[in-house]
Amino acid sequence: MTAGKKFGGTVIFILMIILSAIFLFPIFIVFINSFKTKFSIMGSPFRLPTSETFAGFENYVTGIKSAGIGGAFLRSLFITVFSVLIIALLCSMTAWYLVRVKNKFTKILYSMFVFSMIVPFQMVMYTMTYVVTKIKFNNPVGIIFVYLGFGAGLSVFMLSGFIKSVPVDLEEAAEIDGCTPVQTFFRIVFPILKPTVITVTILNAMWIWNDYLLPYLILGTQNKTLPVAIQIAMQGAYGSVNWGGFMAMLVLAIVPIIIFYLFSQKYIIEGVIAGAVKG
Amino acid sequence: MKKYFPLFVLPTLLAFAMAFVIPFIMGIYLSFNKFTTVENAKWTGFDNYVRVFGNSDFINALWFTVLFTAVSVITVNVFAFLIALALTKALRGTNIFRTIFFMPNLIGGIVLGYIWNLIINGVLSYFGVDISYSAKYGFWGLVILTNWQLIGYMMVIYIAGLQNIPKDLNEAAEIDGATRGQALRHVTIPMLMPSVTICTFLTLTNSFKLFDQNLALTAGAPARKTAMLALDIYNTFYGRAGWQGVGQAKAVIFFIIVAMIAFIQLKFTGSKEVES
Repeated sequence: MTAGKKFGGTVIFILMIILSAIFLFPIFIVFINSFKTKFSIMGSPFRLPTSETFAGFENYVTGIKSAGIGGAFLRSLFITVFSVLIIALLCSMTAWYLVRVKNKFTKILYSMFVFSMIVPFQMVMYTMTYVVTKIKFNNPVGIIFVYLGFGAGLSVFMLSGFIKSVPVDLEEAAEIDGCTPVQTFFRIVFPILKPTVITVTILNAMWIWNDYLLPYLILGTQNKTLPVAIQIAMQGAYGSVNWGGFMAMLVLAIVPIIIFYLFSQKYIIEGVIAGAVKG
Repeated sequence: MKKYFPLFVLPTLLAFAMAFVIPFIMGIYLSFNKFTTVENAKWTGFDNYVRVFGNSDFINALWFTVLFTAVSVITVNVFAFLIALALTKALRGTNIFRTIFFMPNLIGGIVLGYIWNLIINGVLSYFGVDISYSAKYGFWGLVILTNWQLIGYMMVIYIAGLQNIPKDLNEAAEIDGATRGQALRHVTIPMLMPSVTICTFLTLTNSFKLFDQNLALTAGAPARKTAMLALDIYNTFYGRAGWQGVGQAKAVIFFIIVAMIAFIQLKFTGSKEVES
C-alpha cells in the first residue's frame, strides 16, 4: 500500500468516527435528558446534568406511573409477538396454496395481495376503522387479525416468490408416501421456508412495534400501545408536558429495539436487504 | 389439496377482506358521497373532488411533499452512497460503523419525530425561536430527520451492491491506467445501477408517504404550512366535521399518485433486469 493510500484511509477513518458521533448524538441527548429534572430540559437540552438538575430515576418512576407506560409496553409486546406469529404461519400456508393450486381464483387472489402493497394506509383508514369497529375487532386481540390483513400483502408476496423457486418433487414424494397436505406443509414446506419466514417476521415486527396510526384509530386511548402513549403524552397535555417523564418514555421505547438489534443484527440487515429488493 | 382451501387460505382471506378489500371498495364509493358517518352517505358525484381544490391546503401539502421528497431522495442517496463507498474500502471497524449508521432506522416514526423536535428546538432556542416559527425550519427539520433515519438503510443496500461487483473489473480498469475517479464513473456506478434504482424508489415512496415523523416533529405548524399529504388527509378526515367526503377524495388522489410511482418503478426495474 502506498503512503498516499494509507493517509487517505486514515482520513476516511477519522471522518467515519466523526459521523458516528453525529449519528449517536440524538440518542445520547435523549438519554442524558431523561436523568434531568423536568424544568431543566426544554431550552437547554444540550447541558449535562449538574448536581441541581440531576433527577436520578425520578422521571422513569413518574413516566411509568402517570402515563401508563408499563401497560402500553406490555400491550405493544403482546400485539407485536402474536401478530408476527400468526402472519408467519397463516401467510406461509396461504402462499403455498396459491402457488401450488393453479386456477383463475388463486391468480386473482394473488394479484389482490400484490395490489394491496401499493395502496397507502390513508386510502382505507377511515372505512377500515368503521368495519373493524362494527364487527367488534377493535380490541388488543382483534387488532392481531387486522395486522394479519394488512401484513398479508407483502408477506404472501415474498413467501410465494420463494416457494416458486422450490422444486415440487419433494412434496410429490411426500404425497405418494401418504402425507396429507397438512402433514406435507408442516414437515416439508414450512422448514424449507424458514429463511424467508425469518425475513418476513423481522419486517413485520419492526412495522407493528413502531406503528402509530392504526392502533390509535382502532384501540384509541383506552388500550394504548407504546407509540400511541408517547403521542398522547405530548399532544394531550396542552403545554403542561412533563418533559422529564417524556424523555424517560422515549428511552423506554428505544432501548428494547436497540438491544434486539444488537443481538439479531445479522438477520435484521439481511432481512431488510431481501425485503427491499423484493418489495 | 384443493379442498384444503378453508384451512390454508380462508383465515388470511377473511382478515384481508376486513382490513383491506372491503374498506378499499367502500373508500372509492364514499369519495363520491357526502357523509359524517359511513351510514349517512349521500351521493354527490364529483363534488368532493372539486372541493379538494377549493382551498389551498391540498395544493400546499402536495407542493411541500414533492419538494421535500425531491430534496430527501437526493441527499439520502448521495450520503448513503458515499458512506457505503468508504466502508467497502477495507477499513478498520467497518462492522461497528455499519451497526451505528443503521440503528436510527429501527426507531419508530413518532419517537424519531420527538427526538428531533427536542434537538432542533434546543438549537433554535439560542436564536429565541422554535420549529413552529417558520415553515422553513419544519422543512429542513424533516429533511435532517429523514436523512438520519434512511441513510443507514440505503447504505446497507449500496454496500451489498458494491460487494457484488467483481473485483477483476476494477483491477482491469487499474491496469488499463484508469484513475480512481474514472474507475468510479465508468465501472462502479454503472455496475451499481440496480441498487441506485431500488434506493431511489425506496426513498421516494418512504418520503412521499411520511406521516408519523411529520405529526411528531411539526404537526403541520405553523398554520398547516408543513403538513404533508398524508397528514393533510388525516386532518381533513378527523379535524373538520362534514369534510370526511373531501378527505376520502384526497385519499383517492393520494392513492393514484402513489400507484403511479409504483408503476413507473416496475417499468424501471423490469427494463434494468433485462439489460443485465
